Amino acid sequence: MANEDKRPPQQPQDDSRRRFLKYTGTAIGGVVVGGIVGGLIGANANKTKSGAPAPGASPAPPAAESDRDYNQALMFFNQNQFQITEAATERIFPADDLGPGAKELGVAFFIDHQLASAYGSNAKDYMMAPFYKAEAYQGYQMAFRRRELFVLGLEALDGFSTKNYQKKFVKLTPEEQDAVLAAFESDKADVQAVPAPTFFNMLRALTLEGVYSDPLYGGNKNMGGWKMRSFPGNQMSYTDVIEKDGLVKIEPLSLHDHLTS
Amino acid sequence: MATKLPKVPVVIVGMGWVGGIIAAELTKAGIQVVGLERGKSRSTEDYYHVHDELRYANRYELMQDLSKETVTYRNNEKVRALPMRSYGSFLLGDGLGGAGVHWNGQYYRFLPYDFEIRSKTIDRYGKGKMPEGMTLQDWGIKYDELEPYFVQYEQMAGISGEPTTQDNVGKMSKPFPTPPMKVTPGMKLFHDAAKKLGYKPYMIPSANLSQDYTNPDGVSRAACQYCGYCERFGCEYGAKADPVVTVLPVAQQTGKLELRTFANVTGVSHSGGKATGVTYVHTPTGEEYFQPADVVVLASYVFSNVRLLLLSKLGKPYDPATGTGAVGRNYCYQVNGASTTAFYDDKEFNIFMGAGALGSSLDDFNGDNFDHTDLKFLHGANIRYTQAGLRPIQHNPTPSGTPGWGQQFKQASIQYANRVLNISGQGASLPFRHHYLDLDPVYKDSLGLPLMRMTFDFEDQDKELVKFIASKTKEIADQMGATKTEMKDSLSTYSIVPYQSTHNTGGTTMGGDPSMSVVNNYLQMWDAENVFICGASNFQHNSGFNPTATVGALAYRAAEGVSKYLQKPGSLV
Repeated sequence: MANEDKRPPQQPQDDSRRRFLKYTGTAIGGVVVGGIVGGLIGANANKTKSGAPAPGASPAPPAAESDRDYNQALMFFNQNQFQITEAATERIFPADDLGPGAKELGVAFFIDHQLASAYGSNAKDYMMAPFYKAEAYQGYQMAFRRRELFVLGLEALDGFSTKNYQKKFVKLTPEEQDAVLAAFESDKADVQAVPAPTFFNMLRALTLEGVYSDPLYGGNKNMGGWKMRSFPGNQMSYTDVIEKDGLVKIEPLSLHDHLTS
Repeated sequence: MATKLPKVPVVIVGMGWVGGIIAAELTKAGIQVVGLERGKSRSTEDYYHVHDELRYANRYELMQDLSKETVTYRNNEKVRALPMRSYGSFLLGDGLGGAGVHWNGQYYRFLPYDFEIRSKTIDRYGKGKMPEGMTLQDWGIKYDELEPYFVQYEQMAGISGEPTTQDNVGKMSKPFPTPPMKVTPGMKLFHDAAKKLGYKPYMIPSANLSQDYTNPDGVSRAACQYCGYCERFGCEYGAKADPVVTVLPVAQQTGKLELRTFANVTGVSHSGGKATGVTYVHTPTGEEYFQPADVVVLASYVFSNVRLLLLSKLGKPYDPATGTGAVGRNYCYQVNGASTTAFYDDKEFNIFMGAGALGSSLDDFNGDNFDHTDLKFLHGANIRYTQAGLRPIQHNPTPSGTPGWGQQFKQASIQYANRVLNISGQGASLPFRHHYLDLDPVYKDSLGLPLMRMTFDFEDQDKELVKFIASKTKEIADQMGATKTEMKDSLSTYSIVPYQSTHNTGGTTMGGDPSMSVVNNYLQMWDAENVFICGASNFQHNSGFNPTATVGALAYRAAEGVSKYLQKPGSLV
């Protein structure tokens, strides 16, 4: 028994347009922008070697001004790293009947931004020497910063894929990608550069963070992660509804919606 | 060379709950106080965009910066302690209000049994009941003596709870100042199931106000909005009692508190059994100051209280080989791990709504409220269902057997996102001879001072407790009309990695015997009469409850002690 919430809408100004586009089947902002990036990568992946400049000229028309997401650009990854991240996170949280997967939700952008931030450089972690091999219960004890570990992990995904399937990770079938990720998770991949399960756990954790954190961080595009599970984001009060039986359906709000001048 | 400042009557190290309470009480009495806080200042305005799970819950916005200082950890003396490099098992507070800002607000007075645990255990079961190595101690104070101080804290914070208490917990001389919080459908299921089984469930006493409240100091705060962002977050409404919205403004209004932030205390100077003052580093500039005082109050978190004594060579460090010395002794934690999750295929709950202290609990299997004769453990756990507000990054419940990622994970975690209720036990942690705190011989903080080293593991006592309490959580959950229930009843080696509880206790224990405790029952140090040390570091063990109620009561007791001492120096006992 769902209760409709009657609070006044605090949506951003262009939201009605977004909703219109969504319900009429026209691509919404996230899909259009993601499509451009995906298209570029797909078109150039075969000829682009790592280190080559990213393609500049855009073969696809730019999105309509109001739907452009200027946040969707890279602060840290190169193109290859971005592609692998996008493919791997999509296997961890795939699109299905319930709704969007990691790719459409912008999770790879989220991870890029996080690795570029204080989190990626372990700014608030104790990183002083000496470093010793640790028991699992003593936690992370390596000198690698998260962003270093992550990039080595991505390279290891490609290395392992090439060795076992003679193809880069992004060129594998979804089933093959799952097998590679499972080998990393269970430490069955013979990877030297980086502890494979540590990398995998970080990838998984970042994926869920990218799906469900506030859209301000670049993931959870249009609150699509929250909508799938009826999570209303951040609401100022549930006093009037918390005693009710059954799920109370409330349109989600993001931190952007709470901006007041 | 440290700049020497003018002498003051009282200097307090750490401005969280304990520092705030003591500062408020002393300044109201006209006593001049300097409060030193190593972190930044803080107000409710800082929580403008606080509803941000990633920033506050996953990136630890309010917590101590571990790059500057952490603790090292090992399971036993045979292995090398290594630093806790990033957060896991517990979260250290930082800045004005300390851990009192990011708590949930669950308020439980410890049981009368807790304060006399050794005597009562021996009386009922004989000395042989305590396993080899367990170092249980009485606290040097009885529940009835501490009772008025609990009342003081409750009136100050506006604790919301039922008008009468169950007969298996300590008596209250005055009812809680505000009524209990709202009852959700999940809480009702728990309450009814527990009742049906003959147990005594009650609403968790809460520091999240059930209604607007003005306390005896004239501080008015608004009612809780059940927004679901309590633990690890600050409350933008000021509805959750924390030092910044209760005691600190009272102290500041007197004009008698000089609060210095970014003041990181590195040592207590002392000679001839008395402290002369404290040295601190002004963290932005690195400049050193010496603050002389008649009375020094250590009011920091467990690790900082213990560490400061050891760094200052004040008191006798605990030596586990001989069992002598008291500073660092009886480090305890919280034994969580007993729980049952109820999955509902036909019902949904609004478990994203909530408040940190919203819930129902029972003490039928806590303390010595049940017969331990045939059991292989002592004490027990508070068993509870709480609705603190489950946020989507950290809450992705799946039935056992579900893969941890991929499509099946996605579908199950979304299906059950609003369809689970978790019944859990918060178990007591009892002291052992080889669980202790000392200075790490290798690792240093950013100032070059040794880090605190923790030596701790779970014992058979803890594993047996979890097994027993888990069976009780299952018994209750099975009566809650779920489609299925899944019990967790095993505890393995203590790990620093998964979050468990920020209820670290001990190290500057209180008691009646100076060889087994650091402070007397006024929290006055045996080895230096003008030093008062207060906090969960005073606990001889940790009960099956959240610690803040007892910390708060001890802080009022300590404030009285400091006041008495200033009038008439000497030992207060």
